[in-house]
Amino acid sequence: MNGAHDMGGMQGMGLVDAEVDEPVFHAEWERRMLAIFLAMAAWRRWNIDMARFARENVPAVDYLSRSYYENWLHGAESLLLEKGFISREEIEAARAGGHAEKIADPPLTADMVSPVTARGSSARVDVDVAPKFRIGESVRVINRHPRGHTRAPRYVRGHAGEIVRDHGIFVFPDTHAVDGTQKPQHVYAVRFAAAELWGDEVSQRDSVMVDLWDDYLEPAP
Amino acid sequence: MSDDHHHNHESSELSETELRVRALESLLTEKGLIDPAALDEIVEIYESRIGPRNGSRVVAKAWIDPDYLNRLRHDATAAIAELGYSGRQGEHMIVVENTPEVHNMIVCTLCSCYPITVLGLPPVWYKSAPYRSRAVAEPRAVLAEFGVALSDETEVRVWDSTAELRYLVLPMRPKGTEDWSEEQLSKIVERDAMIGTGLVTVPDESAGQ
Repeated sequence: MNGAHDMGGMQGMGLVDAEVDEPVFHAEWERRMLAIFLAMAAWRRWNIDMARFARENVPAVDYLSRSYYENWLHGAESLLLEKGFISREEIEAARAGGHAEKIADPPLTADMVSPVTARGSSARVDVDVAPKFRIGESVRVINRHPRGHTRAPRYVRGHAGEIVRDHGIFVFPDTHAVDGTQKPQHVYAVRFAAAELWGDEVSQRDSVMVDLWDDYLEPAP
Repeated sequence: MSDDHHHNHESSELSETELRVRALESLLTEKGLIDPAALDEIVEIYESRIGPRNGSRVVAKAWIDPDYLNRLRHDATAAIAELGYSGRQGEHMIVVENTPEVHNMIVCTLCSCYPITVLGLPPVWYKSAPYRSRAVAEPRAVLAEFGVALSDETEVRVWDSTAELRYLVLPMRPKGTEDWSEEQLSKIVERDAMIGTGLVTVPDESAGQ
């Protein structure tokens, strides 16, 4: 979706405000928010693209006015409601100090956290799919504006670049975010000349590299 | 560089947010969906065990050991795992090398993708609208705000982390460090140099070390 999260090339956002000696977290609730989300991910009822879409699929004004972990909170609540882990009534009751009954055992216990974190979760798929493009080939990003999740940023759509690296075969975010359909395909690093994206006033030398899936690209004759 | 208005605004909303997060944690805990001890362990990992020191060791080793540099170029994920750094948000690593001709810089315009296994969690500015909007469109202006001025002859190459590849910038080794040990070198490699918004420099007190 063309949401507020897709920020590349937007103007009017101000200067970069880099905090000196910044702490990892700025409040206790940020620690708990990150951890709640990762612990609930262990249920495997959603994947990373569904989680991203849950954060993106909010009114633009809300996305921009909330802090990073506030967006996590709203994304988490919407996923937990959607997947039936909790209900609105339970949230309201918990806020009023009420209690809930135990219905399950957590899939992620303290002893599992370290090995699970060190293992990670690969989005690469071990199947044989032919690449549509070769290194050195010119491509254009298809000018498409899906309402759902996508990882083709607006600022490259319709623009031509060159395939510089084939990263291998990965799940396709646009379908993966809907129902987990993997639609495995090649992902490439595509080089765009800065002037192709931003016009003649920028450096003729500079470039932007964007990782893009086969389905986002068409040949650029 | 902090903005008082912005921080006041955040703190006034903090209590409502804090209540919501607390309510969510207690609800999920009572239902048996999460284990609070597991949450403590997750926080401990990201706050204390994983951070830019990991990346600094990778960079220093690459500067000292040509074989290691070759392995990084060939398969960065495996070469980084040799030092014990692997897993979530570092499953597929790529190291991009700065040279006098090319300066690399990483961003995630869509959210916050970042090489967590080697740099830890990203700083707030990396996830902020100004960096995400401007890094791809006017990287030289952003670099100038970080105090980095590059020659017009140098190509600025910005990597937008739109897929599941995670990028680590291998900065240039500063002059005057030819005799330094790997450990000495790792101490001068700071986070921003591995994002590409900084350069590695020799601090004054280290001169002649």
